[in-house]
Amino acid sequence: MAVDYKALKNGGFMRQVQKNRFSLRLKVVGGNLTSSQLQTITDVAEKYGDGHVHLTSRQGVEIPFIKLDDVEDVKQALKDGGVDTGVCGPRVRTVTACQGSAICPSGCIDTYPLAQKISDHYFGVELPHKFKFGITGCMNNCLKAEENDIGIKGGYSISFDKDACTLCGVCVAACREDAISIEDGNLKLEEGKCNHCGRCVKSCPFEAWQGESGYIVSFGGTFGNMIARGKEITPIVKDDETLIQVSDAALAFFAEHANPSERFRVAIERAGWDELTSKINAVIE
Amino acid sequence: MENYNIDEYADITDVVCPMTFVKAKIALEELDDGQIISIKMNAGEPVQNVPRSIKDEGHQIIKLLHNEDETYQLIVKKVEDE
Repeated sequence: MAVDYKALKNGGFMRQVQKNRFSLRLKVVGGNLTSSQLQTITDVAEKYGDGHVHLTSRQGVEIPFIKLDDVEDVKQALKDGGVDTGVCGPRVRTVTACQGSAICPSGCIDTYPLAQKISDHYFGVELPHKFKFGITGCMNNCLKAEENDIGIKGGYSISFDKDACTLCGVCVAACREDAISIEDGNLKLEEGKCNHCGRCVKSCPFEAWQGESGYIVSFGGTFGNMIARGKEITPIVKDDETLIQVSDAALAFFAEHANPSERFRVAIERAGWDELTSKINAVIE
Repeated sequence: MENYNIDEYADITDVVCPMTFVKAKIALEELDDGQIISIKMNAGEPVQNVPRSIKDEGHQIIKLLHNEDETYQLIVKKVEDE
């Protein structure tokens, strides 16, 4: 019987150089695995692989050297241990995330629940080509938001409480955009210079700066054969519901405008950034 | 609080995070309640994080002074634990 390599690939089994051996991609959301999932992966790699795993460039795990005859047994063993298989091919891939505000002091958003929500919504959805979401908690950009088809970066919309401020000057030094100054005993913010990094909020010893979490979204990033940085074309997104609507609009645009095997970026360049921007902004307003 | 007399000086420009805060904390432990210390620190990460961490320890931040050589002097009043 002929082997359906395409079906195997769609299910995360990727053909190796070695005959009848497959590297199995697992589903990982936001780079998090429980210790019991790791134990399951260990057991499968030892029993069905060659005892090693590969950590991918996008926080995934692959178990190489799976034999064709073992594919169904491997799927079952993983399923029993609470581990799902991943996807390859023209669809929404692993959603990556940094640790975000739940763990990291720099974080402006809670990245992991958001990664789960995005993954639940979109993981495996079929499109003209691969499609990647990446979520990073702050301007430090550890998760490289702009290399993704849709990049999500945490930021703060800031506000200032004059009564709490002692004019100590810490925020003036912490701001890297030179947006804050103290003149004649008054603190001055040039809002046009603010990049939503939230360093004023994080550094203030008196909680005089407050930050409202939001998402800075970039579109059309790709970092493979073609290298292009995702662009911000919308105002900061304030809530999950709007973010999902924005993502829906972007995926619909991709499905409508892209030729088969064409990345989001190429489709945007042909159909026009203005067209995408108007579709996205229609959702936000 | 614009008028203050500095009792002690510390310099944390020779260490990097997380030793910046550790060194500042040790310097503060040497002080008596109400004494004032001037802590010299570098721009960037130290000035973003150390003042907030010192405040979280219960001490009072008085002022941050910008030196001409791109370092800062953080003026802190020691507040003894209850």
